Amino acid sequence: MAQLICQNLAIGYEGRPVLQELNFEVCAGDYLCIVGENGSGKSTLMKTILGLQHPFSGSVQMGDGLKKNEIGYLPQQTSLQKDFPASVQEIVLSGCQGRCGLRPFYHKAEKQRAADAMEKLQISHLAKRCYRMLSGGQQQRVLLARALCATKKMLLLDEPVSGLDPNVSMQLYELIQKLHKEDGVTILMISHDMEAAMTYATHILHLGRQQFFGPKTVYQQEFPQAFLGAGSKGGGVR
Amino acid sequence: MRAMAEQLVFYGSYPFVRHALVVGVLIALCSSLLGVILVLKRFSFLGDGLSHVAFGAMSLAAVLGLTDDMPLTLGITILCAVFLLRSGPNAKIKGDAAIAMLSVGALAIGYLLMNLFSASVNLSGDVCSTLFGSTSILTLSQREVWMCAGLSLVVVLFYLLFYHKIFALTFDEDFAKTTGIYVEAYHLLIAVIIAVVIVLAMQLVGSLLISALILFPAISAMRVFRNFRAVTICAAVLSVICALGGMLLSILIGTPVGSTIVMVDLLVFLAFSAIEYVRGGALR
Ligand SMILES: Nc1ncnc2c1ncn2[C@@H]1O[C@H](COP(=O)(O)OP(=O)(O)O)[C@@H](O)[C@H]1O
Ligand SMILES: [Mg+2]
Repeated sequence: MAQLICQNLAIGYEGRPVLQELNFEVCAGDYLCIVGENGSGKSTLMKTILGLQHPFSGSVQMGDGLKKNEIGYLPQQTSLQKDFPASVQEIVLSGCQGRCGLRPFYHKAEKQRAADAMEKLQISHLAKRCYRMLSGGQQQRVLLARALCATKKMLLLDEPVSGLDPNVSMQLYELIQKLHKEDGVTILMISHDMEAAMTYATHILHLGRQQFFGPKTVYQQEFPQAFLGAGSKGGGVR
Repeated sequence: MRAMAEQLVFYGSYPFVRHALVVGVLIALCSSLLGVILVLKRFSFLGDGLSHVAFGAMSLAAVLGLTDDMPLTLGITILCAVFLLRSGPNAKIKGDAAIAMLSVGALAIGYLLMNLFSASVNLSGDVCSTLFGSTSILTLSQREVWMCAGLSLVVVLFYLLFYHKIFALTFDEDFAKTTGIYVEAYHLLIAVIIAVVIVLAMQLVGSLLISALILFPAISAMRVFRNFRAVTICAAVLSVICALGGMLLSILIGTPVGSTIVMVDLLVFLAFSAIEYVRGGALR
């Protein structure tokens, strides 16, 4: 059974739909890349899946034992965080909130979980450092570790490498790949990077005037125009 | 020096002075805790607006001839806080305008009410002490002292019990929501807490200076410390020290309590900014 099923989904803001008739499903162990030009509604779709906003119509269903608060989320950077005094450890630990319920303090198990997540993303040595003093790549790893604290099942990543230089992007992609392969985490990733999508994804969801959902290989045949710009840097989708 | 110490001991022998000191410290403590949230959530404006609302409500209570103005002031301020915070995060610009209108409106209405209906001979003195708090902390009744102490403890307890949730939802509201935190419920709670703290702080420094009492310690702490826990603890400690120092100083040299405390806060802020500047220079 699929972990996530979206049926006839229509989403948008204040009565103005951004996307309509969206149908797709994600099974455990899939690696889905969501591609599409800026403003095509990729972030909006993620927020709807997470329950941060309601769909106009249609449904988002979880299956296969996945619960709503068991989805890890890596948001697109917000401006509010830029001057926030917070240490890496505090931020990663806050990913365990879902496990606490109303309990006011973290147990040993949660602290261990945070330590493991930091270990996995190779940021243990940064634990006491201030988040805003870190480089962009390190910051993304911190947020990824936080997301990992919230789940072992499914990660939603909104443009994880935007603003990072190619080397650092590569490292981050490899880390995500490791989580997918070794820990069996289902990945939903928004990306502009066609090359990465083609390298790592098992499925593609293309949003825009023409929608597509299906395995990567089928996408390559049906959407050759998407790859025209892929050779040049940036790899934007037309 | 000796004379000063003697003077302090002399004043300390009066129970009402001791009460004032205890209440002042408690109020300063919860103001600073709240300040951390307001600064980081970009809600500073809200504190300022609500303090004017509290002024209006207090004038209303005075005009109605209520001997105990706290329940009415608290009620009105809580209502406005809830209203503003609900319209706030979702509709940013509308929220700003709403706060501005409400705050200026309340200020005008408050002054007008006092002018029209006040039986007092010393009107400008009354207005001045509501705005700047002059001596009110020393004239608290036994009941008000208990009420202030109780409310302060509730605020501190709330902060301790929900510390991690407060961090999560100040740092990243969307993420906090996805982990299952009921963000709206906490916003409501925070709105109530803001209102409570403002009404309390009004007793200490008067309505115009509340923002300073709430914001200065948090901003000072953020100059020097780089993680949430250190900032929170530092803000709390600074606020308590400044309040205590300010109150003692005002007793010794006979200055108004509120502005003396705020002046000490300001000096500490300048000192911390200097520390940051020096440290930044060393890093570069
Ligand atoms: N908070 C918002 N209120 C109203 N419209 C929005 C909001 N956020 C985004 N939009 C609009 O919704 C559309 C999709 O945005 P988004 O999902 O962020 O696109 P993407 O992530 O694919 O670049 C855009 O046209 C954008 O202008
Ligand atoms: Mg986006």
